[in-house]
Amino acid sequence: MARLNVNPTRMELTGLKKRLKTAQRGHKLLKDKQDELMKKFIDMVRKNKELREIVEAELTQAFKNFLIARAVMSSEVLEEAIMYPTQKVSLELSTKNIMSVNSPILKLIKEDNRENAGVYPYGLATTSGELDGAIISLQEVMDKMIELAQVEKTCQLMAREIEKTRRRVNALEYVMIPQLIETVKYITMKLDENERGNRVRLMKVKEIVGDRT
Amino acid sequence: MFMYKIAVIGDKDSILGFKALGISVFPTADIREASRTIHRLAKDKYAVIFITEQLARELDETIKSYEDSLTPAIILIPNNRGTLGLGMKGVKSSVERAIGADILFGKEGR
Repeated sequence: MARLNVNPTRMELTGLKKRLKTAQRGHKLLKDKQDELMKKFIDMVRKNKELREIVEAELTQAFKNFLIARAVMSSEVLEEAIMYPTQKVSLELSTKNIMSVNSPILKLIKEDNRENAGVYPYGLATTSGELDGAIISLQEVMDKMIELAQVEKTCQLMAREIEKTRRRVNALEYVMIPQLIETVKYITMKLDENERGNRVRLMKVKEIVGDRT
Repeated sequence: MFMYKIAVIGDKDSILGFKALGISVFPTADIREASRTIHRLAKDKYAVIFITEQLARELDETIKSYEDSLTPAIILIPNNRGTLGLGMKGVKSSVERAIGADILFGKEGR
């Protein structure tokens, strides 16, 4: 393992020991964060999968209904019928912090332009019953789609965060900390060696001085 | 707090119905136009963009570029010819990205 390129002095040693302590603390904290994120992510992604299955099934059904509606009506009439929607939907977006991941919370808000107009933006004279059914089924799947959007986005963001955290944890665990330990060891050895050398020299000097008298 | 909007991009036959619900609909079959539309919508207060898998198949890069930002959430939906399984693949890839192995789909044998 490569050690850091530093002078083997007592001051460096103190600094390095401090750095090592910080690195270890950081590593522990990040590891905890990673574990917790992972736990949350697995729950979330399960939910994501279930929701997606439901939405895909329902949406396919809704599209089928719509296809039938198109088949029984001429496309001009149909387009005219839904050209001007009665309701306006918008989204309210707030964020929730899950383990430092800012995840979106989406809320669907429907505003009706006219009172009691219902979902249908058209009169009932020229359109077929199939279209009503198709629009109702789309309407029903809409809430779930928004929920899916929220969950799926959260999953994507969490995945990114986990990846980032894992990289940091690994960098600390396999590079930073071993390097610091190695360097601390090197400096301690060097200092000890100096100490021993010094002692031997002193003993030698004493011997020489003793011989002379 | 801002009010955000919802958009649907896809072939006209599939997504026309969403217009009745008051969602912004952008019918297109052209890949480059769809890509441009996504970039435009992303700047323009759209929090959720639904896009059909048929289009998304060719737009991987565009969609990936928004994966890491909070808005917009680009969500794949099947079109009227059924699902291609791309949406599920997206979920799977985020699992693999996070955990390094596929634990959700592999084990259950789906």
